[in-house]
Amino acid sequence: MSTQLYLPETPSQTAGPYVHIGLIPNQAGFDIFKNNFGGDIAGPHVAGERIVVEGRIYDASGQPAKDVLVETWQANAAGRYNHPADRQDKSLDPDFRGWARAGTDFETGLYRILTIKPGPVVGRRGRKTMAPHINFWIAARGINIGLATRMYFPDETAANAEDPVLNIIEQPERRRTLIAWRSERAGQAVYTFDIFLQGDRETVFFDV
Amino acid sequence: MTPEYEFHQRDRDIHPPAFTPVYKTSALRSPRIPLWSLQNSLSEVTGPTFHRDELGPLDNDLILNYAKNGKPIGEQTIVHGHVLDGNGRPVRDTLVEVWQANAGGRYRHRNDTYIAPIDPNFGGCGRMLTDESGYYFFRTVKPGAYPFRNRVNSWRPAHIHFSVFGSGFAQRLITQMYFEGDPLIPHDSIIATIPDRSAADRLTAKLDLNASLPLECLAYRFDIVLRGSRQTLFENKLQGS
Repeated sequence: MSTQLYLPETPSQTAGPYVHIGLIPNQAGFDIFKNNFGGDIAGPHVAGERIVVEGRIYDASGQPAKDVLVETWQANAAGRYNHPADRQDKSLDPDFRGWARAGTDFETGLYRILTIKPGPVVGRRGRKTMAPHINFWIAARGINIGLATRMYFPDETAANAEDPVLNIIEQPERRRTLIAWRSERAGQAVYTFDIFLQGDRETVFFDV
Repeated sequence: MTPEYEFHQRDRDIHPPAFTPVYKTSALRSPRIPLWSLQNSLSEVTGPTFHRDELGPLDNDLILNYAKNGKPIGEQTIVHGHVLDGNGRPVRDTLVEVWQANAGGRYRHRNDTYIAPIDPNFGGCGRMLTDESGYYFFRTVKPGAYPFRNRVNSWRPAHIHFSVFGSGFAQRLITQMYFEGDPLIPHDSIIATIPDRSAADRLTAKLDLNASLPLECLAYRFDIVLRGSRQTLFENKLQGS
């Protein structure tokens, strides 16, 4: 019998250049599943402000990486996650899973998520509310273990200033790498969130 | 208060670091500033849930799920195992997705130009939910080795890519499964990114003759371990609990 107290985690490996085959087969160039998971997650019955989140993932040479898998996880407009561990006293939106998946475009490197703006979520130990944010996880060729980061909203200045996660980042310049910029397209808010894997503008990544 | 539990800290020593020059692409795609360690909040301990009715009946059968005018060519193979957490508990109802090359090492992907042919009856992807004991299984053809541009003469061992969710987004994991006895394993630059030899060995699926179907299909066993969690002791309990 093993004396090991805990089972060690299975080690990560890169998702490789053909991650689309398994996770976004349409982008790989073929149609196989009846129901595909994707980046358009704000169905007609979901409450909240429709927003577009898009951007590029830049490597250390300044080139956008065109084979990246981007996944996002967020709360609903009331600030509640669609998960049994979230027992905040806020309304649940059964039509909103809160999870999106998109690949960066093979030509332009752009990813795009169509979603709703999340509400603020209670912080750790219920003490400080976290500003509205979207959790990101990216995987790709050359990335040995998925990278976790967060996107915050530029139009939430007051909430961002109080956010317990942004505030643990020592350098204010590095906090700014997590704040998207806002524009409008056809009357809809577009949040551009570019991720810099390495270099002068390197994005803050978290060990969660 | 919340969350009521949190994940054990990830042991980064058993995972490949970001910067691994042996695998060249990692050089320009690896952060150089250390990760910020973040204690778990609801954002990390929650994650997406999936339902059986979102999947099709053949989604875990790669032999039939893209068959057009016959079956794919190759070694018929079952891959099965359990998804457990670090405490040895089953991870139930979690989504497992797989993708792979065909028997000749060719991927059905617009960017793959390897000289080996596409198999018209093989797509190369599948997905399934684990059951209440964390068990998953799928049927496929064993993938072939595959050359890639790392060194001039770099070849990947036969492998199947796995994507697993777990119950919280902090458990999210993508990895690769290799086949016991493959002589390319010690030469592979991507396995070599894992510093701990015994950790790398856990990615090798074992031949499982007891699960093979006589005169039909060989079997390999591959168990996956996600991070464990603990109750948050000595903290205020949630209202009502």
